[in-house]
Amino acid sequence: MSEFAIDVHGLVKRFGDKTAVNGISIQMPRGQVWGFLGPNGSGKTTTIRMICGLLKVSEGSGTCLGFDVVSESKKIKAHTGYMTQKFSFWEDLTIRENIEFVGRLYQLPKLRERVGQTLETLGLTDRQHQLAGDLSGGWKQRLALAAVTMHKPELLLLDEPTAGVDPQARREFWDQIHYLTAQGMTVLVSTHYMDEAERCDEIVYLANGALLTQGRVNDIIDQSGLVTYKAEGVGVRQLSEIIGLEPGVEHVSYFGSALHVSGPDAALIEQALNKTGKVDGLEWHEVRPSLEDTFIALMNRAGMDTRVHS
Amino acid sequence: MRRDRLTFAMMFGIPIVQLVIFGYAINTDPKLLPTAVHAEEQTPIVRTLISGMKTSGYFDFVAATSDPRETAEMLARGEVAFVVSFPVGFTQQLVRGDRPQVLVEADATDPSAASNAIGYLNTIFTRALAHDLNGPLRALAAQPPPYELIVHPKYNPEGITQYNIVPGLLGVILTLTLVMIMATTMAREVERGTMENLLALPAEPHEVMIAKITPYVMVGTVQTVVILLAASILFSVPFVGSLFVLLFGISIFMIANLALGFAFSTVAKSQLQAMQLSIFFFLPSLLLSGFMFPFRGMPQWAQTIGEVLPLTHFLRVVRGVMLKGTGIADLQQPFLMMTGFAVVACVIAMLRYRRTLD
Repeated sequence: MSEFAIDVHGLVKRFGDKTAVNGISIQMPRGQVWGFLGPNGSGKTTTIRMICGLLKVSEGSGTCLGFDVVSESKKIKAHTGYMTQKFSFWEDLTIRENIEFVGRLYQLPKLRERVGQTLETLGLTDRQHQLAGDLSGGWKQRLALAAVTMHKPELLLLDEPTAGVDPQARREFWDQIHYLTAQGMTVLVSTHYMDEAERCDEIVYLANGALLTQGRVNDIIDQSGLVTYKAEGVGVRQLSEIIGLEPGVEHVSYFGSALHVSGPDAALIEQALNKTGKVDGLEWHEVRPSLEDTFIALMNRAGMDTRVHS
Repeated sequence: MRRDRLTFAMMFGIPIVQLVIFGYAINTDPKLLPTAVHAEEQTPIVRTLISGMKTSGYFDFVAATSDPRETAEMLARGEVAFVVSFPVGFTQQLVRGDRPQVLVEADATDPSAASNAIGYLNTIFTRALAHDLNGPLRALAAQPPPYELIVHPKYNPEGITQYNIVPGLLGVILTLTLVMIMATTMAREVERGTMENLLALPAEPHEVMIAKITPYVMVGTVQTVVILLAASILFSVPFVGSLFVLLFGISIFMIANLALGFAFSTVAKSQLQAMQLSIFFFLPSLLLSGFMFPFRGMPQWAQTIGEVLPLTHFLRVVRGVMLKGTGIADLQQPFLMMTGFAVVACVIAMLRYRRTLD
């Protein structure tokens, strides 16, 4: 048994002349929950698919659960659970049929019993004969999670599992994730939500197919060397554009009624705030940068925000 | 459409190819039909009649024998379309003016294929004899002809078209539905996004293929039962041969079509493309298999294309078993050809099957 659940080096994936993933290396220990973050098109899905053998690796090598990602994808598939970004179960099968089908493909012993248990845990016993296509987003997500964890995989790969799901369902979903890791499962989850990222043991942040930063949430924030000032009050929104133009201000973001002004140098920011931020007696004080502040700053510094906005 | 090259090819390239192929291939007046001659005597008159048949262009003599059982077998196997028999004493009786019989047995499973040649026979004989009947024999040249032409349209004596078409329709319907349904299945998984899930699950390509094909074998079986019952009840098509042999043939034929459909579905990127590919296959099956037009009427190259299609061989099996009572021993070649087609289609499907999302 290898020490790492995922141990890959220099993964590259090209589609034609486009490079979607450009040399990503990850060493992820077993039993942890890692968050995979990054803007759309940064290569999260492609990387996950390469790890679980759904895409051929253009370059690079590595192992997943001790199996070679290039040549042993069959074994990897048998020991991992992969939840796709888009609901990809059979909408014209009932909930029960979907679960049974997956169970059969994994050749689970005592299938009836397992299916019954799974439906019970899901709270779907009453609705087991309903078509999967008729379920709401939150229930589809529950069904998908139940189906991919049914064979008790060692590694769970979740690709934006909570996109379009309400906050309560998201919370329940994360409770479930932590319950599974407590039982020894390793989880790699890609997400756009910072609150979810903060629930992870470690974060891997991708941008434009490359690894931008990696580590614990607090370490990432500390290492960024970022200083953030915050003020709350009416009319802060009007200020954001003016402050953003001052030297030393990397970015300004608006949360609720609060304005976050971030940059690498505290003195420069204070200078900027003295110049333009003294409006209506706003109280500026230094706060710990949020993960989002940190990521935006990192992206700006790396000059990597090359996303195409329509 | 510029970005959908397959559709583009379907709408322009393939119609042109088909226009050329079908335009040159289809011929409703087949010539050079293989004929066996069974002559009990070799006299100038008999030779004249045979060479008259040859020069008419309708008959191609492939065998001559003095054993009537041999010719009967050749007709049953479909190796020849006609057997011409001249009895002992034919010439003598002809000269005496006793109007001896010439027997022409025709394979009438496809009535339209044989009818033209038969229709011309009297003219052919009269013209051929015109040279020989001179001097003392001149009187015989007058009407009625100095021989009696007996035609036995075997296997379908009344020349009922349904006897030929309805068994053939079994093959046509199975081809159309099975190839098309099968071709769309994998494309549907891709379109609905379930393909990603299927690939992430531990299922091997051959397992997916078997799982996809099996239900449609059952669908095809139901279709077969319905069509055979209709053939018997509505159209009173005779069933001379063994049902077991026919069912065996149908099984191989269904698997050949489903395997091809699966191969199409590994190529097609959408259900629409899968449909287009199926139609592209269906048209030659309909036109070059001998279902709509006589197989022997086509030029050699078109027959070669036809020999590749499973429907061509299935038609030989279904018509042979139902109308002629052909046994499995005489159907080895069509069975082997259909099996070969199925194997090749399976291999292509397995090679083309994508194990990844690339």
